[in-house]
Amino acid sequence: MANVVRKSGLGAAGYPAVFAGFLFALAGGLYGQGAGSEYPMKRVADMFQPLSRPAEMIHGSAVMVLWVTGGIFVVVTALLVYILLKFRKKETDDGSEPPQIYGSSHIELAWTVIPILITVVLILVTSRTIGEIQNAKMPENALKVRLVGHQWWWEVHYPELGIITANEVHVPVSDRDPAKARPTHFELQSADVIHSFWVPQLAGKTDLVPNRTNETWIDPYEPGVYFGNCAEYCGTQHANMLLRVIVHTPEGFEEWVRQMKAPVAPPATPDEIAGHRLFYDTSCVNCHKVDGTVAEGVFGPDLTKLMTRQTIGAGVAPLDDKNLWQWVKDPQVLKVGCLMPDMQLTDKETDLIVAYLKTLE
Amino acid sequence: MAEATTNPQDEFVAPAPEPVGRESGSLTRIIQELVFTVDHKKLGLMYIGSGLFFFVVAGCMAALIRAQLFFPSNDFLEPDVFNRFFTMHGTAMVFLVGMPIIFGFANYLIPLMIGARDMAFPRLNAFGFWVFLFSGILLYFSYLGAPGLYAAGSAPDVGWFAYSPLTARAFSRGTSTDYWTLSLLLGGIGSISTAINILVTVFCYRCKGMLLGRMPLFVWMFVVVAFLVVIALPPLSACQIMLLLDRYLGAKFFDTQAGGSAVLWQHFFWIFGHPEVYILILPGFAIASEVIPVFSRKPIFGYPVMVAASVMIAFISLGVWAHHMFTVGMTSLGNTFFAISTMLVAIPTGIKIFNWLGTMYGGKLRFDLPMMFCIGFLFQFLIAGLTGVMLAVAPFDWQLSDSYFVVAHFHYVLIGALLYAIFAGIYYWYPKAFGRMPSARLGHWHFWLFTVGFHLTFFPQHISGFLGMPRRIFTYEADRGWEIWNQISTVGVLFQIPGILFFVVNLLYSYFKGPKSGDDPWDAWTLEWATTSPPPEYNFAELPEVKSRRPLWDLKHPEDPDWKFE
Repeated sequence: MANVVRKSGLGAAGYPAVFAGFLFALAGGLYGQGAGSEYPMKRVADMFQPLSRPAEMIHGSAVMVLWVTGGIFVVVTALLVYILLKFRKKETDDGSEPPQIYGSSHIELAWTVIPILITVVLILVTSRTIGEIQNAKMPENALKVRLVGHQWWWEVHYPELGIITANEVHVPVSDRDPAKARPTHFELQSADVIHSFWVPQLAGKTDLVPNRTNETWIDPYEPGVYFGNCAEYCGTQHANMLLRVIVHTPEGFEEWVRQMKAPVAPPATPDEIAGHRLFYDTSCVNCHKVDGTVAEGVFGPDLTKLMTRQTIGAGVAPLDDKNLWQWVKDPQVLKVGCLMPDMQLTDKETDLIVAYLKTLE
Repeated sequence: MAEATTNPQDEFVAPAPEPVGRESGSLTRIIQELVFTVDHKKLGLMYIGSGLFFFVVAGCMAALIRAQLFFPSNDFLEPDVFNRFFTMHGTAMVFLVGMPIIFGFANYLIPLMIGARDMAFPRLNAFGFWVFLFSGILLYFSYLGAPGLYAAGSAPDVGWFAYSPLTARAFSRGTSTDYWTLSLLLGGIGSISTAINILVTVFCYRCKGMLLGRMPLFVWMFVVVAFLVVIALPPLSACQIMLLLDRYLGAKFFDTQAGGSAVLWQHFFWIFGHPEVYILILPGFAIASEVIPVFSRKPIFGYPVMVAASVMIAFISLGVWAHHMFTVGMTSLGNTFFAISTMLVAIPTGIKIFNWLGTMYGGKLRFDLPMMFCIGFLFQFLIAGLTGVMLAVAPFDWQLSDSYFVVAHFHYVLIGALLYAIFAGIYYWYPKAFGRMPSARLGHWHFWLFTVGFHLTFFPQHISGFLGMPRRIFTYEADRGWEIWNQISTVGVLFQIPGILFFVVNLLYSYFKGPKSGDDPWDAWTLEWATTSPPPEYNFAELPEVKSRRPLWDLKHPEDPDWKFE
């Protein structure tokens, strides 16, 4: 899957312009459909275009509260404008003081009771939605994923499938029909500081807190590449801790699992063999893991199937030859402050290691 | 109350002995006076002046933040520099701008409004000011001392709520976090001492006839604020001490690697942090509750209800802190509880808005500068309150939390409401403090430039939040749909900066060239207008006696006094 980005224009999706008077003119779908990409790239993570049940339920209560608050806004603003126009001091004013009114218990009671009633409605809707999302029962066939946050990348485990990858979560598409649904259930953990899982079109955010396991779930309705970010400030490169959820068709997901579990072809060309040796002679193996080899490091992302990914450095750049080379040569150029040090490789050594890494697919 | 204020008046009239060897009006003399003064009015102005200074500094940081976000993948600022900017911007705006300015207003006005000669503890008052000032200098000194101007370490970069374990020594090396911690500890001491001073002053030093039920709403709301400070600041100081213990003495409160809890810090911080929001916004209400009646020519509508609503807001605000933590994985019961308690705040807040509208209804509105800013305050606080209700809906908050929507929301609260009220207050009491009127012409430029800039900057941030933009990111990719909103946002800064310049120029220009204001230029009703402008050191030649909530109304309208109706 190449990661080709194409600029596309703002769509004109129609949300109700709640907050009337003020234009909540929201940008609609801005889908960059990358040429050669299998699935649509859902780059604009618009929470008002939910494509998964939890996001859809949140959307429902969001629209409701937008209408309620929009209504209040219109009424109160209209009242304010009316008062400002009606009661401004006239040119012809005689300088006398207006009637001195100290209050009115009837009126004050009215504008106490009405807000109470509105609040009660909001409380009921909110409580129901919280329960429905948080206490949803996962069906037997739900895919289990364990997501571990690191400064500044995501470790992705599939405990039932024995797959480990990074920064891109591959899941099968689900269905609106509960009988056919196959949701994905996440266990969220952190290896260092607090991070937060947020893919707005699929679910609201849940934090990845060290020393604790949180849970969330998604059941995407459409295949696609969904964009998200780490949503809790986690240090220098918080901005470049991006996350993609790649929602496959059922067949596509099976194919991806097969690909991830297939053994990696051993290095064949002289460059690949030399790069392979260099990789294991340098300290790369202290932090990175390649299945079936002595590289058992756990501090950095698992590289077993590196070349199946769309990006490098948790989304900081598309994974192509140039960026991969740059990353190996000195990761601090692409992602300053990241915890992978400059390994002081020569250009030739970098060439060789890149040649080896490109066999990992 | 009377016995506390029967000091012989000539004690104050006697001129202070002239310091020897210093020319009156010379710079050294002025500095000497500022350093030695215990006068509540001078201290009040010093609070406001230093608050405005830090406002300009922290505002410049915000402008640089906006410049960095103008283009996607911009490399104008290094990530660490950016992270320090937003940390210092947030910390400074809350602790070095918001808090001192509101304390400045309290200091200057409360003794005048309740007919007292000074605060209860003038020396404690001066102590509070200097502790605050040094806490600010300490915080900013981190740029040089923690160590190096632009080197590793430098200023704090953990965000203004400094979530653990990002503050642990494993993740925050050097001493920058210690500067942050020590500065807040110090500032906390100053704030608590000032709050205690306010409470004692109000409860013990009111003039004859100034019953609690006759105090101006301004004073009432500061009583509520002072109680909140006394309750909410200690948890902050406690967790700062715990953090220092963690960092230097091997305690494990927040050290998750050793079994500590990251969530514990959040509870401590927000038990302080949410009441802090009301500590900051209630003084905004206080100013609006003085300005709106005077410029509507009517008494405040529903005085008892306004007092009750303020007290209710304070009580509820102590039980809503975890609405900042809807995403940390609380149980559905916990989330529901805090969603409900948060929504309850909307009720007394709504009452306040309606009572201000009720005050204006049927009046004769004069659109002088203070009133213009109060109308801005009302409109923007309405928006801020409604986006607050959206955030209180916990499921919606799972989307909005830590997104730019939140950034927009609290800037509508803190700029749109609080800062507008502060501008209104400064223009309203400027003639009292300096005896000269602020220029209406310059003030209009200030109002319109700043209002346009404010909405341009912060309204689009609601939308970038809806489109999934998290806060505190130093860069973003093109094509996520965020560029245009960020660009509008940055353009707004180009309006805000000249707006603030007009404000500063107005303050300086009017000090020298403004027309003389007289004692009571706005035809107002509270006691501070009964004395000269500027007031003498002893405030009142003769301590007043009041019979109603509007003593000057009674004086000006003997045929129709308030006390007949209260």
